[in-house]
Formats: sequence, C-alpha cells, structure tokens
Amino acid sequence: MRIGLFATCLGDTLFPDAVRATALLLSRLGHELVFPPDQTCCGQMHLNTGYQREPVPLIRNFAEQFGDTSIDAVVMPSGSCAGCVRHQHMTVADRYGDAALRAGVAAVKDKTYELSEFLVDVAGTVDVGAYFPHRVTYHPTCHSLRMLRVGDKPLRLLREVEGIDLVELPEADACCGFGGTFAVKNAATSSAMLADKLDHVTSTGAAVCTAGDSSCLMHIGGGLSRISSGTRTLHLAEILAATHTAPHALTEAAR
Amino acid sequence: MSSTFLGMPARPPRSPYGEGHLRGDQAFPQAAARELGNRQLRDNLHKATRTIRAKRLAVTAELPDWEELRSAGAALKNEAMSRLPELLEQLEAKVTEAGGTVHWARDAAEANALVAELVAATGSREVIKVKSMATQEIGLNEYLESQGVTAHETDLAELIVQLADDRPSHILVPAIHRNREEIRRIFLERIPGVDPDLTSVPAELAAAARAYLREKFMTVPVAVSGANFGIAETGTLSVVESEGNGRMCLTLPKTLITVMGIEKVLPRYADLEVFLQLLPRSSTGERMNPYTTLWTGVTPGDGPQEFHLVLLDNGRTAALADAVGREALNCIRCSACLNVCPVYERVGGHAYGSTYPGPIGAVLTPQLAGTHAAKDDPNASLPYASTLCGACYDACPVKIDIPSLLVELRHQTTERTGRGAEQLAMKAVAAVMGRPKLYRAAQKAAAIGRIAAGRDGTISRLPPPLSGWSESRDTPAPPRRTFRDWYASEEGRRALAAAAEHQDLDETPEGER
Repeated sequence: MRIGLFATCLGDTLFPDAVRATALLLSRLGHELVFPPDQTCCGQMHLNTGYQREPVPLIRNFAEQFGDTSIDAVVMPSGSCAGCVRHQHMTVADRYGDAALRAGVAAVKDKTYELSEFLVDVAGTVDVGAYFPHRVTYHPTCHSLRMLRVGDKPLRLLREVEGIDLVELPEADACCGFGGTFAVKNAATSSAMLADKLDHVTSTGAAVCTAGDSSCLMHIGGGLSRISSGTRTLHLAEILAATHTAPHALTEAAR
Repeated sequence: MSSTFLGMPARPPRSPYGEGHLRGDQAFPQAAARELGNRQLRDNLHKATRTIRAKRLAVTAELPDWEELRSAGAALKNEAMSRLPELLEQLEAKVTEAGGTVHWARDAAEANALVAELVAATGSREVIKVKSMATQEIGLNEYLESQGVTAHETDLAELIVQLADDRPSHILVPAIHRNREEIRRIFLERIPGVDPDLTSVPAELAAAARAYLREKFMTVPVAVSGANFGIAETGTLSVVESEGNGRMCLTLPKTLITVMGIEKVLPRYADLEVFLQLLPRSSTGERMNPYTTLWTGVTPGDGPQEFHLVLLDNGRTAALADAVGREALNCIRCSACLNVCPVYERVGGHAYGSTYPGPIGAVLTPQLAGTHAAKDDPNASLPYASTLCGACYDACPVKIDIPSLLVELRHQTTERTGRGAEQLAMKAVAAVMGRPKLYRAAQKAAAIGRIAAGRDGTISRLPPPLSGWSESRDTPAPPRRTFRDWYASEEGRRALAAAAEHQDLDETPEGER
C-alpha cells in the first residue's frame, strides 16, 4: 500500500527513533512510504487545552498534506494524534471551517490509523517478523484504548514477537496522568497518578515498558528516569521494528 | 438593532453567586494539592472506589443488553430534555390532580425560602431528610438552620458527614473519605447517649445510628426529600435508596416536601423500567436497590397527607440553552464516573468545591453556576481537572460524552477569558505549526535544548510554567537530528531501502497489494 507517514510534531522533534522504527517497519512489510515534507502537527494540544480557533490552519494543512488520493492510508505512531484526527478535526471544521475544509477533513479522517490498527486491521498481519529478546510490559494509552478502541491489537502484535517475555502490567488501563497540559496545570495530581503507574511498571520487573504513544511514554519514562529505575520506555514501533539482522540495542543496564 | 428587541429570549439565569454549594474557595489545582497531602484520604478512596468499580463491572457484564440499555437511557433523557417545558407542565398538572402542590423555584434562594415557609406553616422546628443532591446543592440545611429549623440527615453516610460538620465528598457515598475508626470517634462525640464502649465494627456503628435515627423518624412530622425521577404522565415521584431510611421519611411524616431539579422529569411511567436497571447497577453495583419508593400525590389515611413538590431550576435552563453542554443534564447521579476517575481517586470530592464532584461535576458545576461571576472563579478550573482519559464516558449509564464536554467547556473558557499568557503562547505555537518553514526553523531551535541537558542527556529542571512537570519527571534532551532530517538524509534513504529489500526474510503480510 501507499502510506502517508505522519511523524507527529512530538515524534519528529523529540522522539525520532519511534518514527524511524515506524518507517523501517512499514518499509520492511513492503509498503511504499510517502512523507509529505510540509506536515507539521495535528493540533491536539490546542484542541485539548481549549483552543479551537487557533489550530484551524494546522487542521487545514494536515488535510492538504495527506489529502492526495494516491495515499491509501495515513499511519502514525500515536493513538492520541490518530484519535484527534479521526474524532476532533471535524468538530473544528464544523465550527470554524468552510465547505472545502470539511470535505478535506472527512476524506482524510477515514483513512487515518494508529500503527497497530493499521497493521492488524488494514494490512491484516499480527506477525511482523520482529525479534526482541527482553522482558516487556505494555501500557495501553487512554486515547488508543477508549477513543480509537484498539483493544488488544498491540498485544496481539507483541505476542508474536520472537524471544519476547511479555508480562502483564497491573491496573494497565489506568491513566498514567499525563493528559497533555494536565501534567502542567495539575502537576501535583498528575504526579500522584504517575507514582502509582511507576509502582506498577517496576513491579513487573520488565526491562521495557512500551506503548503506542510517545507522549505517555515521555511521562512514564520521565518518571522512571527520575527514580533511577532499571526499566526504560520504548515505543511499540521500536520493538516491532527490531529483527535478528537489526536488533534493538538496549543499554546494558536495561538488559 | 434597538436595545429592546421583542422575541429575543432573555439569558437564562445561572445559579446565583455565593448561594448554595456550587463553588469552592480554591481553584482545583490548589484544592487538589491540599487534598493530596492527606494520605488517609487517598487510602480510603483507593479502597472504596476499587471495590465499587469491581462490583459495577460484575453486574453490568451479566446483562447481555447492557449497551442497548445505555442507549435507551440516553435516548429517553434526550427526549425529556427536548420536551422539558411541556413535560414539566404535565407533571405539575398530574401532581396537582393527585392532591399535591407544585412550586417553582428559579434558584437556590427561592427554593430555600419556599421550603422554609412550608416548614414554618407546619409549626415544626425539625425536619428529617432523605439524602438528596438537590437540597445539598442549594444549601438547604444551612438555610433552615438560619431560620431556626434543624434538619436531620437520615442516610447513614450523610448523617456521619453532618455530625462531623463536614461536607459530602461523593454523590453516592458522601462519607467515602472517612474510615470506620473516624466514624466511631464522630459518633462517640456527637450522638447523645451513645454507648461509650462503641467499637468500629460496622454492624455496631450502624446500630448506634439506627437507634438515634429511629427516634427522629417517630417524632418529626415533616420530611424533605429530593427525587430520582418525576413521571410527567402520572405525576409520580420516585426515590431509590439502600437503607430504608428514605422509605421511613417518605411514609411516616404528615408533610412531605420534595425538591426536584427540573431535569429529573421522565415522560412515561414505563421509562422507569430502563432507569431502575441502569441506576443501581451503575451506582452501587447492585442488581436492584433495596428500596424503591413511588408516590403519586396524597392518599387519605396513608402516608403524608400534605405533599409539596418544589421544581428547581438553579442554572438548569442555562445549561439546557447550551447546545453542546446540555448533555450533562442527562446525568442520573449514579456516581459511576467518580468511581472510575483516576483524578477523583487521588484527590477526592472536596477538591472540586461543589456538591457535584468528579468528572460529571467538572462539566455540570460550571454550567449551573457559570464561571463568569468573578475573575478568578474556582469553577473555571474545573474543566481542566481531567486527563481526558475517557473512563467516565465508558462507565456512564446514559452515555454522556464527558471528555468531549470538558473539551467544549475549555474552549468556552478560553474564548471568554481573552488574552492570557497561555492564549498568546498557544497562538504563537499555532502560528509556527501552521507554517511548515517556520516549524522547521523552530525544530532546529528546539535542538538547542540539548545545552540544558546534563551529561546524562536529560533535563531535570524546567522554568515556570513547566516547573511542576519537572518536579517529578526528567525530560529527554532533544535529539541531534529530527526524523525528517534523517528521512531526507542519505543514511535514511539507504536504511529504508535496505528494510524494503529484507522484506522477504520476514513474513509478507496477507492482504498486501
């Protein structure tokens, strides 16, 4: 398939490894990648903080960059950005947009997928030929879980990874407390939620906590780093992209 | 346009500022930080919400048509809201026909004054009360006290809260923040003549409250209740409860005064079938609540001989006028959203400053009371008291899309507040993100953040407003190279080409075109 790769602003700027892994994985699976160079951001931070006028140009740009009908699917390594595109762009287009924006948003949102959804539902595969011989626990991020309803798709992909020791995360579906600007506006409450998540992650003894959203992983990873935990975070794409010939180089400490 | 324009509806009234309990004295982040300091509270909440959560999941899972029931509940509530004026008039006619008296109260002040007058007319200086969110919302107990009338809460948890001079912190379990030992101490101090050897065994505590309350049931001639449902078709009112105290209040006294929010009206008697399944399963995690009391007007020689229904607006028509926010009025006060909310679980109900805590409170309170009355109105912080995790939406028996409503209320807040520092920053970020060239330049500038990182590649301290974040989380240094730079580089091209070539080594997915 011809796939429009959306790096997301956070992925492009702060977590390029996750996007790189997504690109390599999709290429390995035989897909043709398109990276519209003028892509920027889906506007999620604005929308969820209460700004709907401001992200109109962002939403317009997103629809333009990926509107090309030769692109079969738009794929991104982020459940929350996919949720924003699929469920929130139209709200703004209805309120502040014109007919062209509404049409553009409608056309793009129906072919937008978070990575695990694309692999399982669209590409129809659960075994991506990955090799990752480490103990891993999976945190289902809230927007993947409840906005996109990805269900156990990420877990089905992980279970097929060769060598993996997949351990269940206690109270996995509890929010990690990130919530975008919530972590700044309600820092104390966010920290209390994070503390419980960190307890659960470290209780698994996993070398890696993975998820489908770099933002939640930034939160959990930032906490794990602060408590000098032996567990580190890796995006789901980084595990799925690892193979025998190109294994993921975990640091010695995390092995 | 002239200033008087006939036909233009007046702005619907909000709950008046400073009346009742729809506003705390601190913004949510500060109030939450205060509550987070109470370790006992967090432990109590953790234990209690977890227990109710598990019970609710078990009893909702056993109904094969649970999702259809939720949809039916949502549809019936939407119908009621869209026909509200008509249904309320029908309710009034039917209640009157059955021998009751209907009163209309625009706000808390009117409702309180009405109830006080009705009580005064009976000559009683005491009332017994059925647990009721509406009377809590308007601060009726405090108002009656100011008029020399003592209101006795008869629900066990409400009684605990009242005896402790405390405020409820949960819709269903008002004393959820208290444990047995605390309750024992409260009873010892406050219940006259209680056994000094009282232990903290729940059955003993309940017996002590029972003995105290029994005397009130037998002697006080006036009861005040709320209503879970009011049926327009028949004029029937309904209260559902667990302890039987409600049944006592609704049947023993001579006079019954019911304060009902106007959003509680349902079109038909048959609609109860849906809600009497949805409410207990979502609320207490029971298949059926132990006591459901239904009454229609008065019956000579049986039950209260005088019945007054006070229909309370207090900001509800203002909420109804909001095309998006009105969905919050569908709430049936089950508290399922509180019990699944990770924010509520950490901070408890008092942090929300309102009678309505938790996710539904965060949307309902600002709508009923407004956020405009004062510049630093604590209620303006409530729509931000959520990570938008969506657990509340999944739990809601009438499918109120609380996360979307929160996002809408945030939008309304930013539209109203004008040019704050945050708004300017958001505009600036949007301006950059909206222009791909500027965006790429900004990415380069962000890489300078590497300087702020130590040798370990993490940033452990950030300036305000990000200092709260960096108090408990490290931030990775921006990487040397963005993804797009790698993608455009020779190295990126080679890596992607190599990955594409190796596809045969791995399983080629099915459905590939």
